[in-house]
Amino acid sequence: MSFGNAFFGYSWIDAIIRVVIVIGVMTVTVVYLTYGERKFVARFQQRLGPTRTGPIGLWQGFADALKLLTKEDIRPTNADRWVFEFAPYATFIPVLMVLIVLPFARDWGVRNLSLGMLYVFAVLGLNIVGIMMAGLGAGNKFALLGGVRAAAQMISYEIPLVLSLLAVAMIAGTLDLDKIALLQAHRPFILLQPLAFLIFATAMLSELHRAPFDIPVAESEIVGGFVVEFSGIRWSMFQLTEYASMWGFSIFGSVIFFGGWAFPKGLDWGWGWQLALTFIKSGAFILAIMWVRTTVPRLRIDQLMSFCWKVLLPLSLVQLLVNGFVLEYGWPQEVLSLTSLAGAAFLIAVIFRRAVRRPSKTKLVGAYRQAQVPE
Amino acid sequence: MTHWPEQLVSSREAEFDTVDMTINIGPQHPATHGVFRMVLRVDGELVTDCEPYIGYLHRGLEKLTENHDYRQAMGWWDRTDYLAGLCCEGAYCMAVEKLAGMQVPERAEYIRVIMMELSRISSHFMFLGAFGADVGSFGTSFAYAWRERERIYDLFEEVAGDRMFPTYFRPGGITMELPENFEARCRQLLGQIRQGIEDLDGLLTGNEIFIERCCNLSPLDTERAIALGITGPILRATGLAWDIRKAEPYSIYDRLTFDIPVGRQGDIFDRFFVRLSEMYQSCRIIEQCLADMPKKGLILDPKLPKTLRIDKKECYVRNEGTKGEYGVYALARGGTKPYRMKLRSPSFCNLSALREMVVGNYVADAVLILGSLDIVLGEVDK
Repeated sequence: MSFGNAFFGYSWIDAIIRVVIVIGVMTVTVVYLTYGERKFVARFQQRLGPTRTGPIGLWQGFADALKLLTKEDIRPTNADRWVFEFAPYATFIPVLMVLIVLPFARDWGVRNLSLGMLYVFAVLGLNIVGIMMAGLGAGNKFALLGGVRAAAQMISYEIPLVLSLLAVAMIAGTLDLDKIALLQAHRPFILLQPLAFLIFATAMLSELHRAPFDIPVAESEIVGGFVVEFSGIRWSMFQLTEYASMWGFSIFGSVIFFGGWAFPKGLDWGWGWQLALTFIKSGAFILAIMWVRTTVPRLRIDQLMSFCWKVLLPLSLVQLLVNGFVLEYGWPQEVLSLTSLAGAAFLIAVIFRRAVRRPSKTKLVGAYRQAQVPE
Repeated sequence: MTHWPEQLVSSREAEFDTVDMTINIGPQHPATHGVFRMVLRVDGELVTDCEPYIGYLHRGLEKLTENHDYRQAMGWWDRTDYLAGLCCEGAYCMAVEKLAGMQVPERAEYIRVIMMELSRISSHFMFLGAFGADVGSFGTSFAYAWRERERIYDLFEEVAGDRMFPTYFRPGGITMELPENFEARCRQLLGQIRQGIEDLDGLLTGNEIFIERCCNLSPLDTERAIALGITGPILRATGLAWDIRKAEPYSIYDRLTFDIPVGRQGDIFDRFFVRLSEMYQSCRIIEQCLADMPKKGLILDPKLPKTLRIDKKECYVRNEGTKGEYGVYALARGGTKPYRMKLRSPSFCNLSALREMVVGNYVADAVLILGSLDIVLGEVDK
């Protein structure tokens, strides 16, 4: 089976079948991602997580989904009706459109586009519209703050995200996701472009608004941000979007930096192994995202923006420039690897610059003064 | 504090006819740690004004005390600073003892100090956990803190029969003798507490984002803090080693050696760190008490009258509560009830600095600043 041979000979029947399969897999994945996240986070917090619904709580996700579907769909009186009601779908559809071009295994996706990467960038940008709609249409001030924060954050971080991926595209010489995966059959691109990967991972967290960039939905400040007024099925659409885009981004990232289905031995061991590779790699990505979420605090919006514009953006531009020189003059690929590694080290040094200055425990605790009564 | 250049502000106002937005945070909001409400006026993300509203938890503590027997009113005082009920009981008992001229047996004093320091630790754990959640660490710090707090409360339950509101002290001593294995249990608990503090320290203190968020945020200098009536860890964070346990030792604190952790500039990080360091000091105090405590002896003088009758007298006593100076003013005019009881609650006084610290900062920081004040609404609203 490949992209050339359509099911039943008609390309549109073929497309529908493939989309249905992708949506089905996505739904089940999302249900188990929510379950998995609850279990995983619970382990970090010395809890058990869901245990009651089915063996070790395995049906919890389905129970939650059913509950959400049957809940009352509340619309605040001062909400802008159509904007409010359409917002969840406007957020979800772009994510679904991204899933269409992702190669899950060799020659298996819904459609493979020769400009697949460009398509992903273009479609992901639409996501912001839905979130803005949710923020502005809900008639709630927390939602408004959340929506505006989300817009600022996602638009800013899209630039380093795109630039870091372009660095890979330069080396690959193509925007075709399937070909990019194929090129990494023996050596994933993360070895050549560690800096680009770091930038991608950071920007990805921001695009997904996961911790430490969960500013638009900050629970302790604006109590859910743009989703604050949604309930029932519309709220679950946002949840679906969040986890589906996390999954989509994970597959996208693993295709671009870790060789997707191709590395290691993807070509030799058949499609079962390729699918397994896709799921293992995206799973590892998702676990890393959850790990970060349970560990680190949240940034403030101005710190977030300055990190994007003053650190990530210049670094990704430098990365592009260096790649350009190396490729133009045909220098060995080790140069790419080394320069990018140096950049990555610099980025980590920038992040940890406060850690150097951090107050040492002994110094502060030891600095006792004699207790004295002020006059 | 973020300062916007003057010309920027004025030109912006001239260009766009912008209106500040009012956000109502609380009384039901995860950041307010209780039923506190603050109305923020925000210009975008920047807070231009902040108005706190309190009183949602007012239970008329002072009036209730004035209408009850000296011993009956004990239970109300647990519920002021409900995160460290025993410290409040301690202050109330000290006030009544001073009025009635009672002597507390030595063993009872030691037990009181152990229990008060354990309450202080549990209250500070609550602060660390909740503050971590305010900064946004998704409940992990909360779960760590909660684990240790549960262990402390388990010990309280073993000793006094209740977890949050033990009502364990009485004017003149304590109610019950300690359980058999108390010392071993307490030492084991101290080990666990130290581990718990280390865990929270490792999770938060060195984290770059945490430092980025907390350092240099709303620094307070000592003079201003004193002028606002701020006491406790927030005052110590400004660099002044003012701790009533040292400055005006009550109970047996003059016999114990411990240090007063102080901060450097009174910013949010210092407040956090002073509390963290204080917990180690409390552990030290408890260890000394366990070692020095008389193994046998009275805990409550059996010859005390059944009903306390106090002639005309007044007093003001204060102890170092977990949030600051916890002062009790008592006025007796004969009879079995106090004529007037007044609580100087540290949370309420500390809250007076809120507006000053919040204005000019971001909305996200307002939540953090409120968290760093570590208010307990039972104490604010009395």
